[in-house]
Parts: sequence; structure tokens; C-alpha cells
Amino acid sequence: MSAKVLDALKAAHGAAIDSVETQHGDAIAWVVRDRLLAVATWLKSDPAMAFDAPVFATCIDRLDWKPIDVPPGPPVYPASAGWTEDRPRFEVVYQLRSTRHRHRLRLKCAVPEHDARVPSLSSLWPAFNWQERETFDMYGISFDGHPDQRRIYLYDEFVGYPLRKDYPKEKRQPLVRRDDLPINPIKVPGGHR
Amino acid sequence: MAAPSTPTGPGDASNRSLKQLVLGRRDVQDLSDTEQELPSELMTINMGPSHPAMHGTVRIVLTVDGERIVASDVQPGYLHRCFEKESEYATYTQVFPYTDRLNYVSPMINNCGWAMVAEKLMGLTGKLPRRAEYIRVIVSEMSRMTDHLTCVGASAMELGAFTPFLYLLKCREWLYELLEKVSGARLTHSYVRIGGVGKDLTPNFDAELTLCLDQIVKVMVECESMLNHNKIFRDRMAGVGAMSKDDAIATGCVGPIARAAGVDYDVRKDYPYSVYPELEFDVPVGTTGDCYDRYLVRIEELKQCIRILRQCLKQIPDGPVMVDDPRVALPAKAATYNTIESMIRHFKHIMDGIKVPAGEAYAFVEGGNGELGFYVVADGTGRPYKAYVRSPSFVHLSTASQLIHGHLIADVVPIFGMINMIGGECDK
Amino acid sequence: MGLELTTTRLEDAAKWAKQSTLDRASNWGRKFSLFTYPFVTACCGMEFMSVAGPKYDIARFGAEFPRFSPRQSDLLMIVGTITEKQGPALKRVFDQMTEPKWVIAFGVCASTGGFYQNYHAMPGADQVIPVDVYIPGCPPRPEQVLDALIMLMDRIQSGRGHSQLRTKRDQLIAEAGPGEG
Repeated sequence: MSAKVLDALKAAHGAAIDSVETQHGDAIAWVVRDRLLAVATWLKSDPAMAFDAPVFATCIDRLDWKPIDVPPGPPVYPASAGWTEDRPRFEVVYQLRSTRHRHRLRLKCAVPEHDARVPSLSSLWPAFNWQERETFDMYGISFDGHPDQRRIYLYDEFVGYPLRKDYPKEKRQPLVRRDDLPINPIKVPGGHR
Repeated sequence: MAAPSTPTGPGDASNRSLKQLVLGRRDVQDLSDTEQELPSELMTINMGPSHPAMHGTVRIVLTVDGERIVASDVQPGYLHRCFEKESEYATYTQVFPYTDRLNYVSPMINNCGWAMVAEKLMGLTGKLPRRAEYIRVIVSEMSRMTDHLTCVGASAMELGAFTPFLYLLKCREWLYELLEKVSGARLTHSYVRIGGVGKDLTPNFDAELTLCLDQIVKVMVECESMLNHNKIFRDRMAGVGAMSKDDAIATGCVGPIARAAGVDYDVRKDYPYSVYPELEFDVPVGTTGDCYDRYLVRIEELKQCIRILRQCLKQIPDGPVMVDDPRVALPAKAATYNTIESMIRHFKHIMDGIKVPAGEAYAFVEGGNGELGFYVVADGTGRPYKAYVRSPSFVHLSTASQLIHGHLIADVVPIFGMINMIGGECDK
Repeated sequence: MGLELTTTRLEDAAKWAKQSTLDRASNWGRKFSLFTYPFVTACCGMEFMSVAGPKYDIARFGAEFPRFSPRQSDLLMIVGTITEKQGPALKRVFDQMTEPKWVIAFGVCASTGGFYQNYHAMPGADQVIPVDVYIPGCPPRPEQVLDALIMLMDRIQSGRGHSQLRTKRDQLIAEAGPGEG
């Protein structure tokens, strides 16, 4: 089932698709960033595809990606395992589902660090509105065309993007502390709302 | 409001009614024309983050026109406990306690979901011993029951019906006692392991569970008789927070909320996993998608859970509870204490974690709130490279703003209650 | 006067925070009629519901009614993890409560942060407000909560809750007058 989806996708948008693969039964398609919105619109509106249900949107930071023990034999993990230094740092991942045809698809889009922008799919599927805000909050990927891009989990005074691999896990940025504690909270003029 | 003062409007003392004399208030017909215009500014009110509705912490900034909501800004994140960052530093088995605290009213289901994604990456899906699969289904359904009992009970309490809350909590206590006997903890079990479950069920489990289910059925009858045709309950829930079927699909709603709106999607039926294909149960689907339908869907799902549990108790076979694969299973205790090879293997399992081959997978289960999925990128070491939780509560909370639009402030309570936004799952 | 007012230990408090009969009587009344503000955030909220439920009835200790307004409550139960984003809200709620007020940190997340050591979970609610009784457990068993409540009641009776001692200290400093202590 996933092979048919991938074949149809390649047939319709050959130039926009970097590569396709199947991992553990999941269909994955790598899409060129500039054509992502066009491909997604086609996936939603085409009756044979009919991907009307959004599942999730997230991002993978490949900064520390050093896979070990990649099993020998026929290449089972072609694209992800063969990552090299000069590939883009982030991969924005979208998972879609079709209620009518019961198939699922994962779209991936490589995003370099110096230009961390991706077109937003929230106009097609409203669920991605908040999930893209979450990806922005955690990874710093900016979504072009997003109606309301601001942090969702963390507070506005937070500096940095915590799920990036170079953000230390325990680096706290406290908003308020007791007066006798030595940890300095962020001071906002007028106090916190 | 200022203390009522002696009325100085038109009309002399002889015209003033007794009410005016006693209370000092002026009736509307006594106001002059200019005074009859009501002020018409919008007011901004804050609901949360310390929510009396015990649904975790969410802040809703409402802009209201009188009592009617004109705009709202839902702000989650007050319980963001960094599940993803923590799981990058923990081994696959150490992530189980973190998953417990995601949807903390149905913890076993989260455990099962995490185990399933690790097994999918290792190629163990479908290779687990049958007894382990049945045990997973039993404890998952018990957790689903605690989820629905808590949701319905808490929602009823917020509408003023305190008795069903106490009755349903009584049922929940029975289930907690049984789950505590099996796993050791009432709430955050960490019972499931990759490749099976931690330990076997207790010897008298089926008799105890059967007794428990019989009693729960009786309590459910009482609660339904108190709520289903209760005028106050129906008036507050019916017609409130309705969602159309297309909206439900496009906004990513799953679980009881989508089913109440008419979307016939249940992971257990559509993408069956574990031993669900061998079990007979129905999936309730509603029509209007309002809060009353969501309540009815949850009540019916409780009954279906009881049906599934009874079948599982009849069908469960004997056998091992952990797959016999040295990559995931800890060696037997006798071997660990007596042979050096087993001790080293045990040590490596605990310290380095289960080595999951490089790749990525998305595995999903039917959680208490719908499709709960885990998207894991593995890099061959014992720790996940990335572990993303597709939490249904987060997606459902994003629809809250649209659901409460146009309703009264008091309608936020049943809408929010029936969305069943669990803070741990929403904010991860 | 050199008031050594830093601890709430019984030996130290007994030196300067002497209880009169009126104090003892009013503390007796206070301890058996605690109005809780359950500041529920996370999983411990489920155990709080169980404690308030029919099996582990907290009502028999007098602490039945949750009052969801800080002005009307005297026991702030911080149930669940406090995050940095929640800190200002918690501080505000605590500041709005009127004296005497007590705080219970329910669960290990509210006591020390639990097993969450990351950029958002605050390592304990006592980073922001003073806590009287800490309840460990993840989540604590309801019996543990009741034990903590009894412990808090003993503290209230002997006048050694943080806010009671603060009030006493301020009273003594005011009585001592300016230019001393």
C-alpha cells in the first residue's frame, strides 16, 4: 500500500521528490523545500491520495548523528544512515493519514541551519498550526505563512531552542525565585504577568 | 460595585417602589435614556493556569462581551516537562517511567505504545509471546477504564454533580488496587517492557478482576441513571461545543472526540495491533459532536472495555511473558547470579540499554484520548536519538479555541472537561 | 535583642515563639478546619482526587473543602510538577493568600523536582515559596498524604508553621521597637 502511494507521488511530482524509502513499513518521501506546499496540496486534494488527516509535524536535528552498528547486507536504511557532514542539519517531518484509503505517508524536508525556514502547511491542515509552533519553539525552524508564529510551550523570555542538540539539558532560565536564593531569575520590567 | 445609594433619578419619593426604598436600587424603567445604554467594551479575563477543574494547567485568555466569548487564546506549556529531551539521555527501558507520566490517567497504554515502537525498530512486532500480548491488552483496557472514569467523574463534578464523581472514583480505586497488585504502583506503573511485560499477573487475578468488573457494572448503572436523563446535565452538555465531522478530521482529532463527531476511527479496529483482531468489541460513534455525545461515547466505551476484559480473561493462554530474545530480555536470575556471562549481559542491558538498530519508526496505539503515537529515531546505541510523542491532547486542545467561541464562560467548563486534556500528555 | 529567628525547630522556636492559651486554642481550631487550595498540575492530582475520595477520606481530618480562591484558603497544596513558566503564577497565588497560611509540597516533583532534571521543571516548589511539609512519592500513596497532613497539624498546633513564625517574629520585632534587634 505504501509503495503505491510513493509511486503515484513520484509520477505526479517527479522533480519535487528527492528520494523515497520505506522503513519498517512506513512510507517516507523526501521533498524539496520550495515545492513542499505544492506537493502537500496535491496530496490533500487528489482523490486517489486524499490525505485529509494530519498526524504530526516535528523536526530532527542531525547534529550528533553518528549511527553505529548499521546492519550489513542489503541496505535497509538508505537515506538516514548515509548522512554525511555536508547534508543539512535539520529535517522537518510531517506525517499524514488518509481516512478514506487508510494509507499513511511521511514527508521529510531537509533544512540547513543557516536558513532554517520551511513553508507552513497550517493552511491545509489546521492541526499543524500548533505543531509547527511547537517545532519553532523547540528547534527554531521558522514556518513561512504561519498565521501566529510564537512560542507555545516555553515563555517568551526564554532564549534558545532547547531540543537542539547543542542546548544543554539542565540549563535553566528561571523567571522567579525566592529572594534568598542565589540563582538569578530573568528580570522583566514591571514584573511577570 | 459601589454600595447602593439613595436613588436620585426621576420620580419623587412617592413613586419609589418598596424595592427601591429598601435596596436602594433603581429599576431599568426608572433610568433616563442616556443611562440605559450599557457599556460595550470587551473584557479580557484569564482562566488558569491554576485551574479549579483539576485538568492540569492550561491558561486561557478570554476576550468576552458580557458573558459571551468573542476570542480566546489558549496557552499550554505550564507542565512542559521535557519528555523528548529527557528521553535522549535515558536508555529505552529508562524511558518507561517518563511515558507513564504522559497520559497519567491511563499510564499502561503509554507504556505499551513506547514498547511497540522499540519493538518495531527491532523487528519484534508480532513475535511476542501470546500471554504477554494478552496481558498488555488487559492492563491497557483497565487503564482506559480509569481514564474514562476519571474524565466523566471530574466533568460531572465540575457541573455540580458531586455524587457520580465519588461513585466513579470508588470504581477507579478498585482498578487501582488490582493494577497495584500487578505492577507495584497505583498510578505510574512502568510495567511493560520491550519484548513483553515486567512480570506475570498475580495468581488470583482473573477472579479478582471478574469481581471488580461485576461491581463496576452495577455502579455504572447507578451513575447513568443519575446523569443520562438529568435535565441539568443535559442542558449544560447538549448542544455545547459541537464539532462537525470534517472539522474533526482536518484538525487532527482522534479518539472519543472524533468518534462523537461521527468519524469512525479507532486504531484498534483500523490498524489493529497486538491481539485486538481476536477480540470482539464495538466502537461507539456519535452524531452531533457536542459534549453530550462525547460523554455518551465514553460511557459506551467503558462498557466495551468491560466486554474486552471478560474475553481476554477467557482467552489468555499460559506461557512466558517476555520474548526469548537475548537482545531485549534480561537473563534469568539464577543464571545472572551464577554465571559470569549472564551477569555481564545483565549489566550491559541495564547500563548501556537495549541496542536498537539505526532507523526510524512511528508506532501508535489507541490511547484514552485517541491515537497516541511515538516517533523514534534510533541510532544504534541504547538511547533514542529522538523520541517524539504524538499526543492527542495537544491536538485536541488546539481545537478548544474554536469550540468555545461564541459560548458563555460557563460553557468552557464542560467543553474543557470533555476534551479530556491531560496536562502531561499535552505539554509532554 | 539578637533574635535568632532562622529555624522552625521545636527547640529553637520554643525559646522565642511561646504559645499562649489563646494561641493554642486558635491553632487547635485552625488545624482541624483547613481549607485547601489544591494547586494541581500533574499526575499527583489523581492521587489528590483519591485522597479526597471516599476511600482515603480527607474530610475526616477537617480538610474537606477545596477553596479555589487564595483569599479563602489557608493550605496551599502544590500537587505536581512546578515548571519555570508556572513559577510566577505560583508566587502570585501564594502572595495573595492571607496569613496564617501553610504549604504542602505534594509529591517529589514539588519537593525537589523529582526525576526531572531539565531546563523547564523547577527543582522543587521551594525555589519560589517556603514549604512547610514535603511529601515524597511519585505519586505518594494516599496514606502518605494523610500522614503528612497529621504532621502539618502538629506543626500548626505548636505554632511552628513558617507563616506563623514569621508573624510571631514580626510581632516581636514591632514590640521591641526601633533601634533594637
